[in-house]
Amino acid sequence: MVKSFIPGTYEEALELLDKNEMILMAGGTDLMVKKRNWAGLSPLFDKDVLFISELRELKYIRKSGGFIHIGAMTTLEDILVHRETPEILRKAVLLMASPGIRHIATLGGNIGNASPAGDSLPVLYILDAKIVIDGKGTERMVPIEEFILGPGKVYLESREMIKEIVINDVRFDMIHYEKIGGRKSDAISKISFAGGISYKKGRIDEFRCAFGAVAPTVVRSRKLEASVNGLGAEEIKKSYAELIRPIDDQRSTAVYRKKVCMNILDEFLDKAGEYK
Amino acid sequence: MTEIEFVLNGKNVTIDVDPTKRLLDVLREDFGLTGVKEGCGEGECGACSVLVNHEIVSSCLMPVGNAMGKDIVTIDGFSKTERYRVIHGAYEDEGAVQCGFCIPGMVIATESLLNKNPDPTEDEIKDALSGNLCRCTGYNMIVSAVLRAAERGKGLW
Ligand SMILES: Cc1cc2nc3c(=O)[nH]c(=O)nc-3n(C[C@H](O)[C@H](O)[C@H](O)COP(=O)(O)OP(=O)(O)OC[C@H]3O[C@@H](n4cnc5c(N)ncnc54)[C@H](O)[C@@H]3O)c2cc1C
Ligand code: FES
Ligand code: FES
Repeated sequence: MVKSFIPGTYEEALELLDKNEMILMAGGTDLMVKKRNWAGLSPLFDKDVLFISELRELKYIRKSGGFIHIGAMTTLEDILVHRETPEILRKAVLLMASPGIRHIATLGGNIGNASPAGDSLPVLYILDAKIVIDGKGTERMVPIEEFILGPGKVYLESREMIKEIVINDVRFDMIHYEKIGGRKSDAISKISFAGGISYKKGRIDEFRCAFGAVAPTVVRSRKLEASVNGLGAEEIKKSYAELIRPIDDQRSTAVYRKKVCMNILDEFLDKAGEYK
Repeated sequence: MTEIEFVLNGKNVTIDVDPTKRLLDVLREDFGLTGVKEGCGEGECGACSVLVNHEIVSSCLMPVGNAMGKDIVTIDGFSKTERYRVIHGAYEDEGAVQCGFCIPGMVIATESLLNKNPDPTEDEIKDALSGNLCRCTGYNMIVSAVLRAAERGKGLW
């Protein structure tokens, strides 16, 4: 039978993880469904389980300089109500799951799950999030786009865990978040979009946008973003039309996704035009 | 097996259990609290809702290991309170209950909302109940029941 460990401190958790390969249990809202067994029986874990969700050292939101630090085990609800939470992240979290899930689901779990439909991800991409990864005696920091390798795949050694997420507190003149799903709550995204624009003297100064659930990982192109300055809406759309190549799956078709992506981009640029 | 301690419906309890077991199963089987229902078993229907530190949580998603040290209230415990009496009366008067299977979860969602926000708008009520499905009523009566409970229970929350 697999063993479970419920460490009292973060240090103890890292010690345990150093000795033994384990499944990290955060809020459990992804894991408990994935490993579900018959009612009444324990879920089907094939490795020992390390409970980390209640580690107080991993629950915080702090602002310092131009950065916001979010502890990996901060719940979605805590993010929703915290005054330092950037508005675009708040918008995304508000549309995630339902209250009964948001009270236990964590940001670290949403990233660790690395679902193409993970709704915090497009926002974290445009806020240049960095993932702080910790193991006994090692700590490293990687940009989110290098941390998430593909569906369910992350750049993490067996002795490591996500400790915190650092985001850039960019203040855009205008932000736009959109989630398209089957129903309003508890829906897995067919498409999600996060965008932000700032202007200087009537010209685009900062332009960022990311699409979720349309490809194995979030689509954001810094190269394209850097080139939009001075371009008109039609030209910007044309460039993104080449970049976005969605997939067919059980939730939606490539054709539908592409069309809706372009519509959302259109709306975003339209709305942005008014702020010039 | 690990000893897990928490407060359940106001009493300190300790149980020697596999920490990955769902809180839902522990409540229903080990503690016989069958007011907590299992609908979907995957977080989508809210029938299994309980209050954890006074906030709604889907107990089918929560491994009991995460309940360590928490204050857990199920419908069985909540039904002994004055707040429950008001919510119960409002649901009854609005005709918000048909087969009743979703109702323990709906009542827990109502309490979780009113505890934080005693005077919610209709939209806030819809958000608060968004994780709770009902196959019978069509929801309008439930939303009215929450509004009425908030009105009648002024001062209680
Ligand atoms: C009904 C329902 C609706 C949902 N709706 C949405 C939605 O709208 N949008 C959305 O994005 N998601 C949704 N989800 C998925 C889920 O709730 C989120 O992904 C949540 O953020 C996961 O967090 P958790 O703490 O529960 O993770 P867990 O289930 O505990 O863990 C998820 C994964 O991350 C790993 N992990 C956890 N913590 C760490 C860490 N510190 N370091 C490294 N790896 C770690 C785990 O090992 C596991 O592989 C939904 C789930 C359900 C059941
Ligand atoms: S049984 Fe838990 S949400 Fe349906
Ligand atoms: S009253 Fe039957 S499911 Fe709600």
